[in-house]
Amino acid sequence: MRDLTNEILELIRRTSSDLPPDVEKSLRAAVEKEAPGSAARGALETILKNVELSRKNSSPICQDTGTPIFYVKYPAGWSTLKLKQQIRTALAEATKKSYMRPNAVDAVYGKNSGNNLGGDDFPYIHFEEVEGEELTIELMLKGGGCENVGAQYSLPDNRLGAGRDLAGVRKVVLEAVYKAQGQGCAPGILGVSIGGDRGSAYLASKEVLFRKMDESNPDPKLAALEKQLTEESNQMGIGPMGFGGKTTVLDTKITGRHRLPACYFVTVSYMCWAYRRRKMTVRGDEVTYE
Amino acid sequence: MREITIPISDETIRSLKVGDPVALTGVMITGRDTAHKWLIDTFIKKTRQPQGDDLEIYEALKPLLEGGIIYHCGPVVSGLDSKQYKFVAAGPTTSIREEPYQADVMKHFDLRGVIGKGGMGPKTLKGCQEVPGVYFHAIGGAATLIAQSVTKVLGVYKLDFGVPEAMWVIEVKEFPVVVTMDAHGGSLHRVVEEQSGKVLAELLAK
Repeated sequence: MRDLTNEILELIRRTSSDLPPDVEKSLRAAVEKEAPGSAARGALETILKNVELSRKNSSPICQDTGTPIFYVKYPAGWSTLKLKQQIRTALAEATKKSYMRPNAVDAVYGKNSGNNLGGDDFPYIHFEEVEGEELTIELMLKGGGCENVGAQYSLPDNRLGAGRDLAGVRKVVLEAVYKAQGQGCAPGILGVSIGGDRGSAYLASKEVLFRKMDESNPDPKLAALEKQLTEESNQMGIGPMGFGGKTTVLDTKITGRHRLPACYFVTVSYMCWAYRRRKMTVRGDEVTYE
Repeated sequence: MREITIPISDETIRSLKVGDPVALTGVMITGRDTAHKWLIDTFIKKTRQPQGDDLEIYEALKPLLEGGIIYHCGPVVSGLDSKQYKFVAAGPTTSIREEPYQADVMKHFDLRGVIGKGGMGPKTLKGCQEVPGVYFHAIGGAATLIAQSVTKVLGVYKLDFGVPEAMWVIEVKEFPVVVTMDAHGGSLHRVVEEQSGKVLAELLAK
């Protein structure tokens, strides 16, 4: 089996320092909507300057290089044990090279491991065997500020008058955006999962954030709700950094899951504007990045 | 853009209003969750006995914090092995987590302000009026750009808290911020929260 450590290190460097084109495009469109001279426009202009500089310097876009979340899809014949070792080695090396901040803190004893490796649980790695010849590794870096403003609701929610339907989903998601204010580094991207159990639903609300921003949801019902939630979130006027302004949310991504008859969870993962996700694909000897 | 040098006088702080863009120059210290809890527990509420070099660090911090600034930041730092420290990425972290501690820390050390992102709550706003102090907002996530304003790392305390949580003493030049909470009770965050709350209520009623 081929050793992919160096290629994974490159994936980490790209993810931390180079914002994906669809995200940058969306931020550039957002600048134009804010009034000249406003704090909101100033914030977005600074954000874009930083995006360019980080790319040029290969330095982290944000100092909070986040929770590293890896999704590995492999055809038969690869060893997940070896891939896991290679990912961990690459992550420790990326930390040494200052592409990543040491971010794994033992929650009981308070010690930072110094190399982004913590027990068997940090980083998070998901493995899935797939058909075909291609191996893909997707990486998302999700910062702590936006992670803290994520929310999970159990419907019905009397306080918000939210029932067990998409109208209820709309209400609780809007409240989550209001509660986040600017603290999740708005403008954000919403990952929403409907259904599941509490644990799988949080994972699903992050997985859905691997979708591209310009791809609309194949389910027309969900596509309509995504559009509505983005528009209504922006009506709240929280704006970039919570300074007030036109763009609070850049996009919404929703996934529907199965649920128990007794449970109806709506789970929101808020992604900051520094929406760092990249993918590498291995086909035979060739490795490509997108 | 107002240019202000640290340490900052009461008069200068009182002249600042919500919305003012400011460029800060001078020496400041980073401090976030672990540092604030440590300062409160060990020196302010004294629920924990000073240990190891705690008292020594406290004495060293006092003159740096008087009239000075704490920056809510957990940087990416290079040169950890050689101790030739350099800030590679250094944007602000979310400040609201320090809400239980901030006003007391400001009063105890006679701080003139804190820098962070996302704003803070009523307890800190009241603290800003009493001290006097202000809340400076930096642009969240603009880490590489902001690191360029950090001209020198002068030293570090409590590196055993880990790189992000340690207290880094840094020299900054024209560090760009906006005043979002002032010494007169003004808070942009309170205004935006109230206005967005009204819109939310309308949307929920639909």
